[in-house]
Amino acid sequence: MNSSLYLRRRLINAFNLTVSVLTTLFGLFWLGWLLWTLFSNGLQWINLDLFTQSTPPPGEAGGLANAIVGSLMLTGLGVLIGAPAGVLAGTFLCEFGRSSRFASVVRFVNDILLSAPSIIIGVFIYGVVVVSTGHFSGWAGGLALALIVLPVVVRTTEDMLHLVPDQMREAAAALGAPQWKVVSAIVYRAAARGIATGILLGIARISGETAPLLFTALNNQFWTTDMSQPMSNLPVVIFQFAMSPYDDWQHLAWAGSLLITVTILLLNIIARIWLREGK
Amino acid sequence: MKAGPLDSGTTGQYQMSAPDSVAASASEPVSVDTMLDSSKITVRDLNFHYGKFHALKDINIRIPEKKVTAFIGPSGCGKSTLLRTMNRIYELYPDQRASGEILLDGCNVLDRKQDLNLLRAKVGMVFQKPTPFPMSVFDNVAFGVKLYERLSRVDMEERVEWALRKAALWDEVKDKLHQGGTRLSGGQQQRLCIARGIAVKPEVLLLDEPASALDPISTLKIEELINELKDDYTIVIVTHNMQQASRVSDYTAFMYLGELVEFDDTTTIFTAPANKQTEDYITGRYG
Repeated sequence: MNSSLYLRRRLINAFNLTVSVLTTLFGLFWLGWLLWTLFSNGLQWINLDLFTQSTPPPGEAGGLANAIVGSLMLTGLGVLIGAPAGVLAGTFLCEFGRSSRFASVVRFVNDILLSAPSIIIGVFIYGVVVVSTGHFSGWAGGLALALIVLPVVVRTTEDMLHLVPDQMREAAAALGAPQWKVVSAIVYRAAARGIATGILLGIARISGETAPLLFTALNNQFWTTDMSQPMSNLPVVIFQFAMSPYDDWQHLAWAGSLLITVTILLLNIIARIWLREGK
Repeated sequence: MKAGPLDSGTTGQYQMSAPDSVAASASEPVSVDTMLDSSKITVRDLNFHYGKFHALKDINIRIPEKKVTAFIGPSGCGKSTLLRTMNRIYELYPDQRASGEILLDGCNVLDRKQDLNLLRAKVGMVFQKPTPFPMSVFDNVAFGVKLYERLSRVDMEERVEWALRKAALWDEVKDKLHQGGTRLSGGQQQRLCIARGIAVKPEVLLLDEPASALDPISTLKIEELINELKDDYTIVIVTHNMQQASRVSDYTAFMYLGELVEFDDTTTIFTAPANKQTEDYITGRYG
């Protein structure tokens, strides 16, 4: 055995290991700092009022109830529109289109949509919905969020369906099952966790989006569940309150930021644990 | 394959007795002179292409009814491809084409008018790798049945038990019918796939190297199973394992480079093959 060669390889190994650990720590450092800042500034303002009171005028006590409910409704609408459409499109790409030219065009366009800046989507919905209806609305906000969820779900659905081995499709087809039955009864079932994870990640992605909502749902000082009205939501409230000179508003912005971050973090963790258990 | 099914002592014997000139003619379906069994599947002038690759060349063969027919040959010789034409499973992939005729009870299944799903309900298939569906043992077996029959709960339970018994799996799974099928062992999974295949009561069962991913004991169980199933089904099995072919089959077809070289009853193929290539293969000279 050539010992100098062996030593050299060990040194290279040690070097690479050190560098990769350091870069990991670098990433974790910022995440840790961010979470620490959020918790140390935000945790003290989390209280019951936050969930029961609406956003106050400056100088008064209040909460974020209208923004929380607004965010839930907008996100819900976005997922309700975006997820089914995305799952169906992903199914088409993997199961029916596969290598057709049309499918590759759809795939390409979807990738562009996936990387489109969310503010562009906001401006687009502003032009299409807000301008033509004459006012900001929850519908417009939900639609903008749906356009962000859609490509995420298309992509993950297609990827997850690709992971289902072809033998599974062959086995089902060999029993005389028509293709729709093969897909709906076997392939979906095999990929269910993966697809659900994709949807969860889509939810995580939109629950912090601000830009598209600024142009569509805007904001609302008051409690409302009417989707045809401008609608309060956490990201825009945080944006507005954090920029304000009022202490009360800034405190609410910290609390709201912590709330969103923890929610997204939990969604991500749940998605990952769930996906791992499915294996 | 390192060694043929026969030890070296007998090799010389049939080298002497093997005539060189009696190779099967390609124009007529190869049938065995002594074959008194009626044929279930008749393949005529079958050609198969993967894109531009010509994988099967003018195949003619008669598969006898309620017997076990084995396809043997080296990797890439087209034996699995031939099997996959019989239920047209290859059509899941757009660039695979077959031309010629495959007659199942006299009807050409390659005909455009043939209903694919009905064909596959009649011609079942079990694959190399066990493919249990992500559902319970019971639902795995019931899946295919539900496609073509409306059975009451009791009838369905009976059918599932019948299929599992036939696949020699019932005793092992009767207490875990509602557990996931993927949680069974590899050998059990493969027998589950066979049960699933026979639950729909097909007429033909295509087995594509059904035991090659299994341990010897599971393999033995599958082979015993094949022996029992041939009373009711026409079975076609592709295998890499020549001992297996000699153990389970009544007739054997040797294929090489996309052509059917020789087809005869298994004893003849393994003791006195008419063709030099067949003989070289089964004695382990290539493949």
